[in-house]
Amino acid sequence: MTQTTAENTARRQRAQIKERTLRTDQWWRYPLVTFIIFMAFLIYATWAIFDKSFFVSPYHAPFASPCLAQATCPEEARLFGFAPFGDWYTLPPGLLILGLPAGFRFTCYYYRKAYYRGFWLSPPACAVGEPHRRYTGESRFPLILQNIHRYFFYAAIVIGLILAIDAVKALIGKPDGLGTWILIINAVFINLYTLSCHSCRHITAGRLNHFSRHPVRYRAWGFVSKLNAKHQELALISMFTVMGADLYVRLVAKGIINFPFA
Amino acid sequence: MSYKAKFRVWRGEGGEGRLEDFTVEVNDGEVVLDIIHRLQATQAPDLAVRWNCKAGKCGSCSMEINGKPRLGCMTRMSTFAEDETITVTPMRAFPVIKDLVTDVSFNYQKAREIPSFTPPSDVKPGEYRMQQIDVERSQEFRKCIECFMCNNVCHVIRDHEENKPAFAGPRFLMRIAELDMHPYDVADRKDAAQEEHGLGYCNITKCCTEVCPEHIKITDNALIPMKERVVDRRYDPLVWLGNKIFRRSDAKR
Ligand code: SF4
Ligand code: SF4
Ligand code: FES
Repeated sequence: MTQTTAENTARRQRAQIKERTLRTDQWWRYPLVTFIIFMAFLIYATWAIFDKSFFVSPYHAPFASPCLAQATCPEEARLFGFAPFGDWYTLPPGLLILGLPAGFRFTCYYYRKAYYRGFWLSPPACAVGEPHRRYTGESRFPLILQNIHRYFFYAAIVIGLILAIDAVKALIGKPDGLGTWILIINAVFINLYTLSCHSCRHITAGRLNHFSRHPVRYRAWGFVSKLNAKHQELALISMFTVMGADLYVRLVAKGIINFPFA
Repeated sequence: MSYKAKFRVWRGEGGEGRLEDFTVEVNDGEVVLDIIHRLQATQAPDLAVRWNCKAGKCGSCSMEINGKPRLGCMTRMSTFAEDETITVTPMRAFPVIKDLVTDVSFNYQKAREIPSFTPPSDVKPGEYRMQQIDVERSQEFRKCIECFMCNNVCHVIRDHEENKPAFAGPRFLMRIAELDMHPYDVADRKDAAQEEHGLGYCNITKCCTEVCPEHIKITDNALIPMKERVVDRRYDPLVWLGNKIFRRSDAKR
């Protein structure tokens, strides 16, 4: 029998197993379901951007909020009357702001995991070989840009606030409207998702090493950490609530949904 | 109650080898490692397997069972159907010595590349003052039993042998995070994590967390916080500017 010592070259080789994976469970379900859900979201968002019926008093469709263009935003739809983009801007108003929530989700640690698995198959699932010959991950351009997530987080706080204001406006204008409550639920989940962000966890106190010297921040960190443990769930729930709320408002605006308490 | 189970076990020295079929008795309450030992005792006396505690605490018996990295001693036979063929192979990311035994020295080498705990020079032993909440976070990481299944499953090196020199693997990036979060560690871990130990290679797909037998939240509690600390140091212009203007350092906060 040959000795396999550390010097032996044979010992430098992994098991030459041909199969890409020996897993017997349905490992392809997670990437497949992710792919389908995200594609549905992308398709809806693309349609929503170009759809013009984003406002019906007092409801504002979240994908187009805040509305910043004078030409396309009715007076009532503007945030405190604020519309810095003059008549020259005639493109859909959603285009002006959508980059912020989109960037936040795109660089979110949960979404990264999900689309690296579901879209890029890197890896499709654990212990399943990926199809790429080379891999450098987020160590260099372009994926190193994912590190700007924190800036999108700051923007997401603002957007979350604006959606909350929209919900309050709806509540004042039509407290018994179904749309009001849909907007409120959406605002709650969007803000919970934003607060559960890993960057938020880091900023509250994750970056500190002496928790005991910062009791208030430590408490905040404990709270954010609890939310953070549910980051994936909140990301998905808020994705559905924002899509649902947006569609609902547009259907009311189009008169397709028109029962009395709509 | 006992039944005959179908097993396919990787046999071979070095990388060469093949899956060999066995039919073997299984009794109530047994785990996969018991069955491997029964094969040794009855049909394949030269079958090599590494094990020690049989209690999920020594981290020796890491193997891949039906394609998933698992501890042989903690994988109950009752989780499989009686008519299922159970495939047992060595960890894929490391070179094989014989059968199920791999050479895990990659991990020891990576461990050595990380500078050990570095306290400030003006604090003497006996003067350290830390509260429980200051060290709680890193205590989670100390549950590690060094089974190396996280490093084995990580696609960065599992699928790309060429990345091994540049990437320390989740186990040791977690070690860096542990030291960086330590109230009394002053070594520079952030730049080193990114430049020397390959933190950027991790794409947070969480397979390390999925396989960890100690259920350590490696990605959420060590790797992502470490990435955020690197962002502080390198990619956040506001922080960078603040540090330049006020000449402050993060080390002791
Ligand atoms: S989360 Fe990062 S370190 Fe863990 S398995 Fe995935 S790529 Fe590797
Ligand atoms: S972190 Fe978990 S999976 Fe990795 S070596 Fe330690 S115990 Fe094993
Ligand atoms: S024999 Fe010790 S962990 Fe399995």
